[in-house]
Amino acid sequence: MAAEAKTKYDRDFLTSVYKEMVFGRRFEERVNQAYQKGKFAGFCHLHIGQEAVCVGVQRALRPTDYMISGYRSHTQAISKGMDPKAVLSELFGKVDGCVRGKGGSMHMFSKEYRFLGGHGIVGGQTPIAAGVGFAIKYDKKDDIIVCYLGDGACNQGQFFEALNMAATWNLPVLFIIENNQYGMGTDFRRVTSVDRLSKRALAFDIDNSEVDGMDFLKVYEHVGPIVAKMRKKPKPYLLEVHTYRYRGHSVSDPAAYRTKDEVAQFQARDPITTLGEYLKKSKVATEEDLKTWDKEIKDQLTEIEAFADASPKPALSELWDNVFAD
Amino acid sequence: MALIQFREAIAQAMAEEMARDDRVFLMGEEVAQYNGAYKASKGLLDQFGANRVWDSPISEAGFAGLGVGAAMVGLRPIIEMMTWNFGIQGFDQIVNHAAKMCYMSGGQFNVPIVFRGPNGAAHMLGSQHSQSFDAMLTNVPGMKVISPSTPYDTKGLLKSAIRDNNPVIFLESEMMYGLKGEVPEGEYLIPIGVGDIKRAGEHVTIIAWNKMLHVAMAAAEQLASIGVSAEVLDPRTLQPLDEELIFSSVRKTHRLVIVDEGWDFAATSAQISDRVQKECFDDLDAPVVRVNSLFVPMPYAEDLEHAVLPTAERVVEAVKEVLYVG
Amino acid sequence: MALVIEMPKLSDTMEEGGIANWLKKEGEKIGEGEPLVEIETDKATQEYESPEEGVLLKILVQPGKAVALRTPIAIIGAAGEAFDLAALTGGGTKTAATTPAAASPTTSAVPPKPTAKPVGAVAPTQAAPVVVGRVKASPLARKVAAELGVDVSQISGSGPAGRVVLRDIEHRSGSGAAAAQSAQAQPAVAGAASTTIPVTMMRKTIAKRLLAAKNDAPHFYLTISADVTKLEAWRQQLNGAAAKAAKVGVAATKVSLNDVVILAASRALKVHPEVNSSWQGDTILQHAEAHVAIAVALPEGLVTPVIRRADALGLRDIAASVRDLAGKAKDGKLSNDAYAGGTFTISNLGMFGIEEFTAIINPPQAAILAVGAALPTPWVDEHGALVVQQRMKMTLSCDHRVVDGATGAKFLQTLVSYLEEPMQMLV
Repeated sequence: MAAEAKTKYDRDFLTSVYKEMVFGRRFEERVNQAYQKGKFAGFCHLHIGQEAVCVGVQRALRPTDYMISGYRSHTQAISKGMDPKAVLSELFGKVDGCVRGKGGSMHMFSKEYRFLGGHGIVGGQTPIAAGVGFAIKYDKKDDIIVCYLGDGACNQGQFFEALNMAATWNLPVLFIIENNQYGMGTDFRRVTSVDRLSKRALAFDIDNSEVDGMDFLKVYEHVGPIVAKMRKKPKPYLLEVHTYRYRGHSVSDPAAYRTKDEVAQFQARDPITTLGEYLKKSKVATEEDLKTWDKEIKDQLTEIEAFADASPKPALSELWDNVFAD
Repeated sequence: MALIQFREAIAQAMAEEMARDDRVFLMGEEVAQYNGAYKASKGLLDQFGANRVWDSPISEAGFAGLGVGAAMVGLRPIIEMMTWNFGIQGFDQIVNHAAKMCYMSGGQFNVPIVFRGPNGAAHMLGSQHSQSFDAMLTNVPGMKVISPSTPYDTKGLLKSAIRDNNPVIFLESEMMYGLKGEVPEGEYLIPIGVGDIKRAGEHVTIIAWNKMLHVAMAAAEQLASIGVSAEVLDPRTLQPLDEELIFSSVRKTHRLVIVDEGWDFAATSAQISDRVQKECFDDLDAPVVRVNSLFVPMPYAEDLEHAVLPTAERVVEAVKEVLYVG
Repeated sequence: MALVIEMPKLSDTMEEGGIANWLKKEGEKIGEGEPLVEIETDKATQEYESPEEGVLLKILVQPGKAVALRTPIAIIGAAGEAFDLAALTGGGTKTAATTPAAASPTTSAVPPKPTAKPVGAVAPTQAAPVVVGRVKASPLARKVAAELGVDVSQISGSGPAGRVVLRDIEHRSGSGAAAAQSAQAQPAVAGAASTTIPVTMMRKTIAKRLLAAKNDAPHFYLTISADVTKLEAWRQQLNGAAAKAAKVGVAATKVSLNDVVILAASRALKVHPEVNSSWQGDTILQHAEAHVAIAVALPEGLVTPVIRRADALGLRDIAASVRDLAGKAKDGKLSNDAYAGGTFTISNLGMFGIEEFTAIINPPQAAILAVGAALPTPWVDEHGALVVQQRMKMTLSCDHRVVDGATGAKFLQTLVSYLEEPMQMLV
C-alpha cells in the first residue's frame, strides 16, 4: 500500500470500518446459510443492507456508552464489541453463546460491553432506554444510551411515553429510528400519520434530524456532533436514519410486498460498495485489497462457525439457572 | 410496640431503605408533592428530596419500563402503581421485560425493582377499579409476589422486597391503608416466601391473604362460637408459596378452605388447591373448597358488590361443607 | 469439490419444501448469492441463492416434487467435474434430517393415556390392590380405615352422596380411631411450660366411649338425698362383728358405705327393671338380672368392672367382690370379661368429700348413679324440727330414650327407702 491516501480520515480507521461492515454482512449471510442448513431454528432477523448504520453510530460512541435495541441486533452487538463467536454460538443455542443459549437471535446481551439487549417486544426497549438515561443522570455521569428502534416501533404507545419522560427530565437518550421502510410486510407510510418519522419528536419538543443510512461517512459525520452535544448537556435526541433491508423481515419472509426494482434501487447505493469505492478513490485500498479482506473475513467466519458448531449444548441442569438473581 | 397504620408501615419501610441505600428511589403518580394518592409515601419528598422521590406522568408502561432500565444498570427503583388496575398498563414491562431480563441475559442483568400498589376491590368503584390480579402476576416465572395483611407484615416484607435483587410485586389494598397494627420500634425484616399462622386451630385450615385474611379471621371467630376450631394461615407471599406450611397445616386439620378475592377461574386459590390435592391426598377428609369473587365484572351498586366478594358468612358455609355439618 | 445442495429451511415452521422452479439448467454457471431455485415453503414461494460459485452439475429433485428438509436437491461443482452421487448423498439413503423442527416428538412416543379407574376402587396402602367395589370415601377415611383394618365398603357414609368420611370410620371402629385423630388435630403448643402427653389406649377408649355416650344418649339428671344415720349405725355393728369374728379366726370382709349402696341399688333395680335396661334402636332390652358396674379410679384412667348378679348377692359377697375386682384392676389383672355385661353403674366420689356430681352413662346401660359423701347435714325432719342428720346425695343420670323422669324418680325413692331403712332389704 504505497500510494498516499487522499482523505481527511485515518487510513486505519477507514480500513477497520470497511472490514467491520463487510464482516457484518458476511456474518449475516453465514447465519442465513446456517439457518437454511437447519443448524438452528426460531425467528431470525437479518441486518443485511443496514451495515452503515450500526458501524457509523458506534464509531461516534465511547465504550462506557450504553446501547439497547430490538430484535434485529446481531451486528449491532458485534459493533458494540461483543465476540462474534458468542453471538453465533448463541444463535446455535450453545453454551458459549453470549447468554449461554437462553436468548437466541433476539436476545443478545453483554454487561461487559454495555449492550442491554436484544428485545423481542416491538418498542418495549424504548422506556427501558429512558430508565438507563435516568440512571446516568442520577449518577451524574456524561455517558449516553443509544436506543435503536425500527419504523414499526414508532407507532407503539410506550415509545411516546418514553419520549415524553426523556424530554421532561432531560435524559441522555439517543433514539435512533432505523427506518428500513417496512414494519414486517407493511410499508410504514400505510400505517403512520407522518411522512417523516423524525416528526415524532415535535410533539415532545425533542431535537431531531434525519440522515442517509446507506452511507457510513454521512452517518458517522452526523452522529458525532449529536453525541458530543448530549454529553455536554444531557437531553434526548431523535434521529431518523433512512436505510433498507435487502432481505425479508425474517429468514422466512420472501418479501413479496415490494418490487425487485425497489430492492435494486437501494442495492445500487449499497453502503459497502459505496465505502469500497471511496477507499479506492482515496487510495486507501485497491480492488485487490478489498477481495483479499473479503476472503480473510470468510475464512475467519469459517473458524467462528466451526467454534459455534463445536460448542456444547447447555446442560439440562442450566435450565433453572438465572430465573432469579441471588 | 407502636400502633401504626398500614400506610405508615409502607412509608416507614421505604424511608428506612432509602436512608440505608442511596440507590433506592421512588417513582409513581402523585408520590412526591401530593404525598401519595393514599398517603403511603407521606413525608418522603421532604426527607429525601426530588432526586429520590419522583412524580411520574400518567404513563404506567413508560415509568414501569423506566424502572426496569434503571434497575438494569444498578439503581433500585420502587415503582408505585396508584392502583394495579392502572398497573396492567405496564404489564408488558413487568411481564415481558422485568421478569425475563435476568434469564434471557444469562444472569448478566438482574432487575432489582419493586412494583407496589393497591390490588383488589375497594368499595363501590365499579368494574375497572375493583380487580384482583394475584393469579395473573403469580403465573409469571421470574418475579416474586407479596400480598400482606397487617402493618407488621407489610413493613418487614416491603423492606425485604426492596433489598431483593429481583422484581417483586407488592400488593396492597385501599381498604387496609387505614388498618392499624402493632409494629416494633427497631428494624426487622420478614423473609419472602414464609407464611404465618394467624390463628391456630384443629378442625379446618382456612388460607387467606391480604384483606381476605380479615374475612377469614372473622369467620374463624364465628366458627369458634359453634365449637369449630379453625386454623387461619396467611401465606403472606404468593410467589414463591410457603407450601410446606400449608401442607403441614392441612395434614393436621384434614380440611381446607381457601379465601381468595380473585375470580374463581384459574385463581391463586385454584393453584393452592391443586398442590394440596396432590401432596395431601390421603390426609383430606373432604374436597378443598374455595371462596372466591363471583366470575362477573364488579357491579357498582352496594348490595351487588357485596354479593360478589367473599364474606365471613360464605367462609363459614364453606367450612361447614368440609366438616359435613349443617 | 462438488457440493451437495440440500433442501434449505426457509421458515421457522418449515418441515418440507417443494421445488417450484429451477432458475438454472444443468451445466449452467452460477455465482455465489445468485438465485438458484424457487422453493415452496409452508409460508411462501421463496428464492434460494447458491452458497457457492460454480456450475449446476445435477438437479436431483424435479419441479413439482416436495422433499424433507436436508434432502439433497442439486449438485454444484466445477465445470465438467466428475462426481460420485452416491458418495456425496450418503448412498441415497439420506432422507429427512434431524432439524429442530423435525425433531419434535411424534405422538407414538407419548405414553398412552391410562384408562380411567373407578374413583377409590383400590385400597391405596395395601401391597396387592384389592378391588372393593365403587365405594365413595374421603382419602383420609380410606387411609384410617386401612390402618384400622376396617372395610370401608361395609360402612354407610354420612357425607354427600353417601361418602364415607372420617367420622364414619370413628363410629364404626372400636380401636380408638376418634381419639387417635383428635390427638393428631391438637395444635402445636407454643407455651414453654406445656407438655404433650402421649395418649394411652385406655385413655383413647375412655375418650371414644364417653364421647359417644354423651353424643348418643340424651341425658337427664335426678338428685336426691338419703338419711344414712341408721344405715351407718347398722354398718358399724356389722363391721364390729366382723372384727370380733376375725379375732377368732373367721374371715369376714368389712363392709363400706358404697357396698351398701350397691346392695340397695341392685335391689331397687329388681323393683324397677325399666331402669335396668338398654336402648337397642328399635327395641328396649330389659335385663333379667342386675349386673352392677363400679367405677374404679386408676392412675391411667377409669375402669368399670362388673359385679355379676349383684341383685342375688348378699352384702358381704358384694363387699368381697368389690375388693377383689378393685385389687385386680389396680394390678392390671382384670380380664376383658370383667368389664363386660354391666346393666347399671355406680360411681362414688364420696371418699374425696364430693357432695354431689353428675356422671356420664356407660353405654349400652340406661342409667348411672353418682354417689356423694355422707356428711352431717342440718335437716328439717318430719316434725318440723331442725336436726342434724348424716345425709348422702345421689344423682341418677338417665338415658331419656329408655327412662322417663318419673321412672327414674321412683327408682330413687325405692333406693332411698332401702338406705334409710336397711332392714327392708333383708325381707
